[in-house]
Amino acid sequence: MSSPPVSSPTAQADPESTAKVGLVQLFAAFTRIGTTAFGGGIAGWMMREIVDRRGWMTADDFLTGMAMSQALPGVNVVNLAIWVGYRLGGSLGALIAALGIILPAAAMIACLAGFFNSFAHGHLAHLGFAGAAAAAIGLSLSMALRAGRRSLRKLAPCLVMAATFVTAGLLRVSIIPVVLVLGPISVGYQFWQGRRDA
Amino acid sequence: MRNHPLVQLMLVFTPLSLLAFGGGQAVLTDVRHQSVDVHHWVSNSEFLSDYVLTRMAPGPTTLIVSLVGWKAYGWLGAVTAAVAIFLPSSLLVYGVAHIWERQRGAPWQVHVERGLAPIAAGMLLASSYNLMRALEGGWVAWAVALAVTGVLVFSKINPLLMILAGALSFLAIGHFWRLA
Repeated sequence: MSSPPVSSPTAQADPESTAKVGLVQLFAAFTRIGTTAFGGGIAGWMMREIVDRRGWMTADDFLTGMAMSQALPGVNVVNLAIWVGYRLGGSLGALIAALGIILPAAAMIACLAGFFNSFAHGHLAHLGFAGAAAAAIGLSLSMALRAGRRSLRKLAPCLVMAATFVTAGLLRVSIIPVVLVLGPISVGYQFWQGRRDA
Repeated sequence: MRNHPLVQLMLVFTPLSLLAFGGGQAVLTDVRHQSVDVHHWVSNSEFLSDYVLTRMAPGPTTLIVSLVGWKAYGWLGAVTAAVAIFLPSSLLVYGVAHIWERQRGAPWQVHVERGLAPIAAGMLLASSYNLMRALEGGWVAWAVALAVTGVLVFSKINPLLMILAGALSFLAIGHFWRLA
């Protein structure tokens, strides 16, 4: 197997891989996500902004945060914002990131709520929203494909990924049993692999 | 005291925060049940309409609890509900992030990260697939979703332009066909 030894400073302890970021910039980035992430799939918007556009994190680092925020209870995107915010700007960074995701949306909902009923049930608004939702899935799917490509390099991760997709996607099994069964298998395999390589 | 709406909002939404394994969608049914059937903060049709509203705004759909809180007890209710649903799980993930950062690079962490990565990828693929299945607009919606996927994989274009293009293409095509 070509995996680097775990003590190597490749993606993990490398200070270059994660630039610490000013709180003002962090606030600007997350409010930008919070105000533009229409159509759902906010994680995809976040990856686009933090990884691709600003280069503050590697894709691997971001996807680790994604996995952790899915494994813990809570609203995934808020969890992810806290994870990314903490990594980039410490405790204040976590707070700013979470508020950046929540507050603009809350303000927009408060503004819309007043005249929502007259507007949202119109045919055109409905069509436009359906189109936006379809496009937003493209954003989620493009992120999923990037995440998946990493797991295709070796057999075991590939099998775990396929098993997750089949159970959670095709068979619609709830994610808790999927994670509870596949999580220990996959993590245990990595431990075993690490010990064998050492 | 226990019957005060603010206390009730707190008592209902705080546990749901820590039970939301798999994200806000996981507890949406319970949020509806508690808000509509048990506490009568909103009617069923109000809840559905609020759901559409929160889906249209950017940001997490879970903000629907704030609309419920608003109807139950005004601005204070909205803030209380949001704090109750977001704060407990946020503190938990904050704590884990803190520990994670301190142990960064430790062998156990590398193994856990490598083990979780394919599960996260599989989850992302599964949720994209399930969202696609639920789309309105049949093959046109699938075509739009796949086209946007292709563009985003191969370019650095701002996704907002693609969302706009998706909405406009539906409006244009919907002019000729019945889509949604």
